Amino acid sequence: MSALQTVKFYQTGTFTVGNRLLAQEDRSVQANMQRTNSLNSGHRACQGCGEALGARYAIDAAMNATNRQLIAANATGCLEVFSTPYPETSWQIPWIHSLFGNTAAVATGIAAAIKVKKQKGQGQDVRVVAQGGDGGTTDIGFGCLSGMFERNDDVLYICYDNGGYMNTGVQRSSATPSAARTATTMPLGPEPGNPFGQGKFVPAIAMAHEIPYVATATVADLRDLENKVTKAMSLRGARYIHILVPCPLGWGTASQDTIKMARLAKETGIFPVFEAEFGEVKSALAIRRPLPVEDYLRPQKRFAHLFGKNPAVATIARIQAQADKNIRRYGLLSKEAA
Amino acid sequence: MLKQCEGSHAVAEAVALCRPEVICAYPISPQTHIVEGIGEMVKSGELKDCEFINVESEFAAMSVAIGSSATGARTYTATASQGLLYMVEAVYNASGLGLPIVMTVANRAIGAPINIWNDHSDSLSQRDCGWIQLFAETNQEALDLHIQAFKLAEELSLPVMVCMDGFILTHAYERVDMPTQEQVDAFLPPYEPRQVLDVNEPVSIGAMVGPEAFMEVRYLAHAKQMQALDLIPQLAQEFKAVFGRESGGLIRTYRTEDAETIVIAMGSVLGTIKDTVDEMREAGHKIGVLGITSFRPFPLVEVAAALKNCKRFVVLEKSLAVGIGGIVATNVRMAVTGMGLRGYTVVAGLGGRAITMKSLTGLFEKAGRDELDLVNFLDLDWKVVNKQLEREREKRRTGPAAEAMLRDVGAVAARNY
Repeated sequence: MSALQTVKFYQTGTFTVGNRLLAQEDRSVQANMQRTNSLNSGHRACQGCGEALGARYAIDAAMNATNRQLIAANATGCLEVFSTPYPETSWQIPWIHSLFGNTAAVATGIAAAIKVKKQKGQGQDVRVVAQGGDGGTTDIGFGCLSGMFERNDDVLYICYDNGGYMNTGVQRSSATPSAARTATTMPLGPEPGNPFGQGKFVPAIAMAHEIPYVATATVADLRDLENKVTKAMSLRGARYIHILVPCPLGWGTASQDTIKMARLAKETGIFPVFEAEFGEVKSALAIRRPLPVEDYLRPQKRFAHLFGKNPAVATIARIQAQADKNIRRYGLLSKEAA
Repeated sequence: MLKQCEGSHAVAEAVALCRPEVICAYPISPQTHIVEGIGEMVKSGELKDCEFINVESEFAAMSVAIGSSATGARTYTATASQGLLYMVEAVYNASGLGLPIVMTVANRAIGAPINIWNDHSDSLSQRDCGWIQLFAETNQEALDLHIQAFKLAEELSLPVMVCMDGFILTHAYERVDMPTQEQVDAFLPPYEPRQVLDVNEPVSIGAMVGPEAFMEVRYLAHAKQMQALDLIPQLAQEFKAVFGRESGGLIRTYRTEDAETIVIAMGSVLGTIKDTVDEMREAGHKIGVLGITSFRPFPLVEVAAALKNCKRFVVLEKSLAVGIGGIVATNVRMAVTGMGLRGYTVVAGLGGRAITMKSLTGLFEKAGRDELDLVNFLDLDWKVVNKQLEREREKRRTGPAAEAMLRDVGAVAARNY
């Protein structure tokens, strides 16, 4: 990698190193002919679904990292519904869906069973991934998630965060951003958007559990996402990866803009991309080309009420302040950008 | 081996003899001593190759159990009362997925008002959740039923609840015959799952099922419980062959041959009822007892057969179906449809209210004279109830009812139940 970084072949208009310019072993899992397509094509996700993309990236990377010795537990939600319309399933790996709020605990049970079987000489070293949307993770599944963290159970939990309950028709979750409009933010105050001062950033709460590994990622940075999943699978104990996955339906964005929206979330600083070990931030993905949050907000219909005839300048400034705080807190500005 | 021990301890030892591989533990009275007991055996090495997991809630306990059972591990947990209610969503999920988890319910009342003592409200609230429910009469039977439960669960790929009266059984020191590991191994083969999360043979478990197949999948759950009606007595026979004693089965009758009145009940109160019936038999009353061991599946045919020669039945149950009367009674009435029997529901022992031989004798004598109401409440303090109802008629803001009624009752020690 180091030799290649000095060469710096970037794809036009991005800072991403082109796959074809890399040696075979440095290429992404997705670029590999042997990728497992763990979440296979034919599922019922919307066009441009960030979660479908994120799940395939993450689970393929986890499969690659574990030599295909992987079991997944899945929360109720879009991912579960669109991937398993009976009698079809897109999952090429052993997969279980139990409930909306218990996925972390189900994964704990799977890990416990694997451990005992291995101890008895009856099974291989199989690894466990739990996955769910932000509702299933930061709201209803939070108790089980926190329990799994504090026991340091051998589970990687992946949250695909699209900022709301999209499966049930775009309602507010505790991961819905400030000022974003959903079906249920309307009654909360004079503004149609989600009130400021509410919600929670679960990666920070995960870090407070002092678990071995916490990371955030977006579907815009494939290699970063894959590296984080690969690193997570090289570790034991409770691990958490929070992936921002734009939702064309809930965000009111064009299907072809999913990657662009994820990149804008990262480049504006509104979604900090970093990794932490045992409660300490170890690295952050640098913002190379800082952008105002307005660039991220304006294309999204859920923020349209901020940009009418009389733009909500003060509200946009508050969102900018949130991004600035993230940039300070996680050290997101690269040297060249600063 | 005969030994004198606490009911919870007996169950803990029996469960350990079944070689469980994953135990989920969350404390709630009166179940706590069971998982503590198993934990001690894990610690001492007496129980090997077993993961003991301290979860953060009962909901997590059942969810961990779902994960481990689906991965092919023999899985056990225990709960009671509020704990059972807190895990309900996962309880239904475990049976819906067909996972053979075994769970002890140390039967306890449900609040509000909060009450830690025994009745059957908790497990009976889960009568339609798809689990098999077996009720133990004694500590020996509680111990034995757990051994049978693992075999039954794994044969049918259905979860089984073993219900034992909280405190009355769980905390009572009694003599039990503890089987040997060889006996249990001879009876209970290793768990061979019908479905398992296996990397060599990947399956999706828990897919969404639409109207085109949902009814069929649900019917299968019913069909399996119907199979259990045959399997439960069969396992009781096998159990007798290995362990040399009668335990389990669907129902058990006591002095019903020529009985005109048959009292029906579940759990430890059967002992008191049998003693009462013995005394009343001596006094010339033609009375007998029908104990129901398997509440789910409910043995309709066997119950009808047991009642076919009597004139009346009295269902004495530690549960209240608010708004109608009895839960067990409603099931019994279905069994005797068209038989022309007089049937009485008696709600008794709620929240640990003592059920005495004296009260039972009076009750059964009244039943014999057909002087009971359709629904009766044994030893209900009408004075306290009526006083509260009167208060509520008189004014709007009467405050919290339970607290007002407690004030009327006065210091507990001053009363002698």
